[in-house]
Amino acid sequence: MHLVLFFIFGGLCVAGALNLLLQRHPINSALSLIVVMSSLAVLYLLLGAEFLAAAQVIVYSGAIMVLFTFVIMLLNAGREERTHGSKAAYLVGFPGAAALLALLVYVFLSYREQLGGVVLGEYLVTTSDLSRVLFHELLLPFEVTSVLILVAILGAVALARKEQ
Amino acid sequence: MEVNIWIFLLLNALKVIVVTVLLLMCVAYTVLLERKVVGRIQNRWGPSRVGPFGLLQPLCDGLKLFLKEDLMPLSVERPLYILAPIIALSCALISISMVPFGPDITFHGVQIFQISDVNIGLLILLGVASVGVYGIALAGWSSNNKYSLLGALRSSAQIVSYELSLGLSLVGVILLSQSFRLRDIVDRQSAHGLLSWNIVGGFQFVAFFIYLISAYAEANRAPFDMPEAETELTAGYHTEYSSMKFAMFFMAEYANMITISCVATLLFLGGWSSPFGNLLPDGGPVVQSLLGVFWFAAKVFFFLFLFVWVRGTLPRIRYDQLMGFGWKFLLPLAILNIVATSLWLALRGT
Repeated sequence: MHLVLFFIFGGLCVAGALNLLLQRHPINSALSLIVVMSSLAVLYLLLGAEFLAAAQVIVYSGAIMVLFTFVIMLLNAGREERTHGSKAAYLVGFPGAAALLALLVYVFLSYREQLGGVVLGEYLVTTSDLSRVLFHELLLPFEVTSVLILVAILGAVALARKEQ
Repeated sequence: MEVNIWIFLLLNALKVIVVTVLLLMCVAYTVLLERKVVGRIQNRWGPSRVGPFGLLQPLCDGLKLFLKEDLMPLSVERPLYILAPIIALSCALISISMVPFGPDITFHGVQIFQISDVNIGLLILLGVASVGVYGIALAGWSSNNKYSLLGALRSSAQIVSYELSLGLSLVGVILLSQSFRLRDIVDRQSAHGLLSWNIVGGFQFVAFFIYLISAYAEANRAPFDMPEAETELTAGYHTEYSSMKFAMFFMAEYANMITISCVATLLFLGGWSSPFGNLLPDGGPVVQSLLGVFWFAAKVFFFLFLFVWVRGTLPRIRYDQLMGFGWKFLLPLAILNIVATSLWLALRGT
């Protein structure tokens, strides 16, 4: 059951990501990104991270992607022109991406013993477990991250502000 | 107890069908309630010709919408134009599956009064509500009409802004019950009747009003119905829609109203628990469970009536005032409420 769901939503995720690249209209790409994010949420849920799954849907598919579509609608972005791409992409980009993928696969496979594995549907991290880790052991990184986000917001406001 | 898998599946399917049909009936009669009550507020009768007291009016309205011609404007983006009402309605219908209507009673391993009892029920409700925006946003964009687009832009900005204060207003309740499970939240409030409800005993009345105001904005209801303000935008995002596609937006709006009323009942007014606590005589398990459903329905009806009452009373507010109110007043107030509730809990030592 868990495996079937994993394959359905994993496939949906990859299909959405490919569609995101292939679509020529920005709004269709944004919609495919929503599909990718929502199916990722289901994968998190299968791994037992229920809070993360809900937060993924609320924050990413709900709030952030609404802003994306909002901007696309506001700018009324039209269809993209299709070009053949630059030579650099063919010469460096594709081999580079393939090499990175091969390296990652090699590292993950060779360190499989140390990394440990998880069986789908076996774990359940409740919200209180998650918050205990987040607010006890990882309190400093958590607070530093929130300060970082605050700095980013202040920077955005300072840049967007009109001169008086 | 050994549970037969086929009986389990059959009962669950039956439950889903019954709840969906009931919800759609409630949607139809909420429309009638709105027309009747707004009529009386404006000193006229409202629908009164079809059936006794106009009770058959929703059936006729449904039949009329079903038989109308389904216009397809030439310049729309076809796939998205068709997809948008489906997204809006399905999101509105999915969220009711988290709502418990009555006490925890199982029959052959199936909970009778709730479709699915999930640990993170409240979060799923918020998630589904936040995905529902796309129905409106895509409808406005794909219609290729400036009024529709303006309505959709207003709507998505408004919903994203008020989602924040809506979510934060619920944190106080979650802190008190220490669970996202709607059943736990209700059970915590059922000890002493009215006095232990979150709005009274939990001191969450500020959160209650923040929730109510943000929920009105989320549902695009008056006084926050800017996305479909007929004086400036003809009909906003559903200007180009007709027949069943228009009906789907209409049903989605009223189904959302019902879900919002159910959540307000569960979180702040103690769900199916009686306001008199244990003062009333205990009439056995059957009477107890039916009474629970009765109290739940009565509270939900109160909230639906409030929706109509507010619509009939308050004028629409201006768009920049709406944004200012959400960001500069409701959001800080919701954060203050969280701080106050956590301080109170920490001082009480729980």
